[in-house]
Amino acid sequence: MSVSICRSSQGSVRDALSPDERGLDERDRAIVLATQAGLPLVPDPWGAVGRELGLTGEEVLARMRAMEARGVIRRIAAVPNHYRLGYVANGMTVWDVDDAEVERLGREVAAIEGVSHCYRRPRHLPHWPYNLFAMLHGRSREEVESQAEALRARLGEACRDHRILYSSRILKKTGLRLARRAPQA
Amino acid sequence: MHCRPQPCHVQNLDALDRRLIDSYQRGLPVCPRPFARIAERLGAAEDEVIARLERLQARGVLSRVGPVFDHARAGASLLAAVAVPEAERDAFAELINAAPGVNHNYAREHDYNLWFVMTAPDASALDARLDTLEARLGVPILRLPMLESFHIDLAFPIPWAELERT
Repeated sequence: MSVSICRSSQGSVRDALSPDERGLDERDRAIVLATQAGLPLVPDPWGAVGRELGLTGEEVLARMRAMEARGVIRRIAAVPNHYRLGYVANGMTVWDVDDAEVERLGREVAAIEGVSHCYRRPRHLPHWPYNLFAMLHGRSREEVESQAEALRARLGEACRDHRILYSSRILKKTGLRLARRAPQA
Repeated sequence: MHCRPQPCHVQNLDALDRRLIDSYQRGLPVCPRPFARIAERLGAAEDEVIARLERLQARGVLSRVGPVFDHARAGASLLAAVAVPEAERDAFAELINAAPGVNHNYAREHDYNLWFVMTAPDASALDARLDTLEARLGVPILRLPMLESFHIDLAFPIPWAELERT
């Protein structure tokens, strides 16, 4: 299994922006809400979404394209459920990595087989010393453990400690990601 | 609250199903008749492509056909965790799931045993939601915003032949 690489370096900038500054207007938000659980599977899905929202199919399509160009939409795709395809073990690995090295090593770790997401996050000492997160997916815990070994080897002496947090149960999972707008105060 | 579904037998997916999954997890054509375009590329009929996608979705092999939003760009969100007594875990999970903005919640094997993603329209609403939930739970919420993303894309080639052997 190889993993695609798609990196973002804009985290700090975009976190400082409000949704409106990111260029999502009310119609965009309505389209996001109407499509985030999936498109209607009909010959003209944009028209079907448009009818629901009182927009033309052309406008829906144009706005989807614009959101994709701005990076609000990563891609419009058939999204596989890897669990159903046999990737039944997922381990959230967390690593305590030397701050001076974490950026370089994070990029390297992200390219290792089995890693789907790789993020730098803050430590909260003394309870939480881990600053690098890498999500691993395998067909068994043994496979996830051998992937974690590969990460451990790559991180070398810069890594002081790590853990693999297996998920024992999915208690909620939804593709619904954009919150409905809160009333303006 | 629900348990995990069983893995599907990939032997039941034929060549066209596999080509659909392989070719379009990275992106559908964003054009007026996307399924007609796919059908043309795969040498099938539009209604056949639509029927296949419906079936793959109904069987849970596809979680959906549609946009993958970068919710960090479409609002504010962060990864959060709490450490709760294992015996009360499900009761805490219900409170978390009922809170507005929670979109994932996983039990994990660690002292921090509940891990969830909190979302909100913007950063101040996010803090407010976490503060409200923290007061309701009565335990501190570990707040782990993403500081840097090295890798954000969960699309990878599916090794069909290997999966068939397992």
